[in-house]
Amino acid sequence: MPILLEDRVDLSLSTRTEGDRTVVTVGGEIDVYTAPKLREQLIDLVSSGNYHLVVDMEGVDFLDSTGLGVLVGGLKRVRAHDGSLRLVCTQERILKIFRITGLTKVFPIHASVDEALSATD
Amino acid sequence: MAMVEVSFTAVPAHVRTARLVALAVARRAGVADDLIDEVRLAVGEACSRAVGINQGKSPDSAVTMRLVDEQDRFTVEVVDVGPLEASVAGPEDLDLDPETLAEPVADAGRDPLPDLLPPGFGLAVISGLVENVSVTSEGDGTHVRMTWPATDVMAPQAE
Repeated sequence: MPILLEDRVDLSLSTRTEGDRTVVTVGGEIDVYTAPKLREQLIDLVSSGNYHLVVDMEGVDFLDSTGLGVLVGGLKRVRAHDGSLRLVCTQERILKIFRITGLTKVFPIHASVDEALSATD
Repeated sequence: MAMVEVSFTAVPAHVRTARLVALAVARRAGVADDLIDEVRLAVGEACSRAVGINQGKSPDSAVTMRLVDEQDRFTVEVVDVGPLEASVAGPEDLDLDPETLAEPVADAGRDPLPDLLPPGFGLAVISGLVENVSVTSEGDGTHVRMTWPATDVMAPQAE
């Protein structure tokens, strides 16, 4: 798994609606520089009435504690509207930081978008 | 011993620059592939923290990152200009209560990020991640030192 020194786009975001849920597909690196972009996206979604979010992180190759802060912020915001924020992630390198910080107990983490979309607990 | 030192303006964009440099030097130093992601995350956390501290205290002061390649180990030292925050703990001491973290925020406004996670969170991630880490407050600021094992690339290969 080479980490290339190429100068690619740092963070990519796209959203789509699936029933009553909104899938946010994130790619690239979520760090202190790019996290505000993700935060704005989550705030915009909640402000426009999307309270059930699925954040697909399969395309994320770096996530630090700033990114975790943004996800926690998103969770707090949707919960203010009885909403939910689910994560999709199977990458060990990303899951590790959730485990270290105990945030696996805070976020439902799913193995696929389909699984997250059909989850009801 | 070989050394690379990078000083960068305390802006978020250069935290990525610092990560990339650290990774390149870590690979050259012979840090094993399965530790590279750990180096990447730990360096990112240390530099993000230092950028935040310098921005708050002395925005014109650069963050310094020193990468030292010794025979069988690779050390990264990140230096900021601020005092050490009180809470330097492992993740187990962070009191990250899942209930509290998941508490709704009625005002879904654009509150600043640092409010969402406790101070010292970045350091706690580092201590949870890296086996050999020291954080010291010295005359010029706080030094975060992290060391990983590395293979001695100059040693003769066993036949």
